[in-house]
Amino acid sequence: MSEGNTKKFLYINRKAPHGSIYALESLEVVLIGAAFEQDVSLAFLDDGVFQIAAGQDTAGIGSKNFAKTYRALGDYEVRKLYVERESLAERGLSESDLMPITYEDEDDDYAEKPSIHLVDRAEMARIIRDSDVVLSF
Amino acid sequence: MTTLHTINKSPFERSAMASCLNHALDGDSVLMIEDAVVGARKGTAIANDLREHQRTCAIYVLGPDLAARGLKPEDLIEGITVVDYAGFVDLAARNRRVCAWL
Repeated sequence: MSEGNTKKFLYINRKAPHGSIYALESLEVVLIGAAFEQDVSLAFLDDGVFQIAAGQDTAGIGSKNFAKTYRALGDYEVRKLYVERESLAERGLSESDLMPITYEDEDDDYAEKPSIHLVDRAEMARIIRDSDVVLSF
Repeated sequence: MTTLHTINKSPFERSAMASCLNHALDGDSVLMIEDAVVGARKGTAIANDLREHQRTCAIYVLGPDLAARGLKPEDLIEGITVVDYAGFVDLAARNRRVCAWL
């Protein structure tokens, strides 16, 4: 466990974004968790990788397009987005199909740095094991 | 420290079980609940895969969910342990974290 009252929270996202409420609910909970100054990481695997796909346009289905919210996560100090390489490949996707998601590093003259980290499946398993609390969506 | 993984979807309908097994590490426990219990039967398309994972993980199934679906302990893949709700709690307490695959 981490120091003090800070715990490592891992939010696992496994569903595509607009067919169910999971992705939006996850995002809401992540933002709430960030407000409590916890150590927050997000994992995108299986169909969850579609949540951060570039070019989402929900105008035609009349539902809220929350995709741009992922790009604001850095402002809430949510800076660790782990994306599973195998899940991308299985769906014919690569990193270039994802939105650029970055944060400003205050310790490095506010340089813009990538929040997305591609990890392989074995590494994703270790990320799960390294967390204190896992919340699945 | 180890993880208790719970799965609640049938492996014949969703990828939750496959994904769970792909991310479970040595010493972890896997508990099938709700519709996932149909995956504990012997002779299914996923039985061999499950048996492979039994080398590194302990696999459990929730008894009341089995009974509700007409499955009997003797229908199960050898080595899968049936637990009741109290057993579910024990598993959650014995592992460092619970990871749900839904």
